[in-house]
Amino acid sequence: MIPLSWYLALAAILFCIGVCGFLTRRNVIIMFLSIELMLNGVNLNLVALSHFLDSVRGQAFTFFIITVAAAEAAIGLGIAIALYRSRRSVHVDTINHLKG
Amino acid sequence: MFLQLFFGYCALMIVVSGLLAISLRNPVHCVLMVLVLFFHMAGLYLTLNAEFLAAVQIIVYAGAILVLYLFVLFLVSLREELHLTAFVPNAWLGRIIAAGLAVGLIATIPAFSLGEKSAWTVAAIREATHTKALGQELYTSYLLPFEIAGLILLVALIGGLVLARRDENGADAPESGADGKEVLR
Repeated sequence: MIPLSWYLALAAILFCIGVCGFLTRRNVIIMFLSIELMLNGVNLNLVALSHFLDSVRGQAFTFFIITVAAAEAAIGLGIAIALYRSRRSVHVDTINHLKG
Repeated sequence: MFLQLFFGYCALMIVVSGLLAISLRNPVHCVLMVLVLFFHMAGLYLTLNAEFLAAVQIIVYAGAILVLYLFVLFLVSLREELHLTAFVPNAWLGRIIAAGLAVGLIATIPAFSLGEKSAWTVAAIREATHTKALGQELYTSYLLPFEIAGLILLVALIGGLVLARRDENGADAPESGADGKEVLR
């Protein structure tokens, strides 16, 4: 039997890898990928807790999180494509159009 | 013993491929590393008696989401990557923040204690089969969130279509962006 704390530690490490990627990388797509890593860390936490609490609740939440992750990927990548299309020469330190 | 070895293998692969995914230069390699990571996550779900979620993890994450990422990577040409300014001025600052967060989170784990147990023991789930147990819970206690999840997917579908649509009148997007700015002024 694997103790719960192992799962929690692994989930925490995975989440922090995601945070690190999000903070340090500058490529938009890798930033989205880092968000997926963070969501996976949370998913692992939820599934582990739901197993150790004899409940299906955490797994239901994980199901919803996967749904939201799919939606997030679709919208985020759509934005990335629109961004790329609107400025072909993308050295986009210049994405500041919303600054007014 | 076998379970612990399996967990150790999966954990090692997850950490290594996660670190590689955020540090490799080529974005395609990053996505492939995340693919490896997702497969090992599915393995961990199997050790937690969550067979349905392991399947969903592979089908949805590895099969759909990562393929979407790869498509976009090939659409947006690799030479000219989309760059944003990073949230922290220095990469090392970001790494230190993440490491501090990890240390803080892991340090709090020993203080954690489990709450009350619920009715779905391993034996009960095994008797009902996992998919049926999850389905019962989804369609009774979580019916409203389930509907909302459907709505979110619909919004994502429409949003993706609208965002990726080409302008029919052939106007270049930069010009229309500039026009919009002019109007705002």
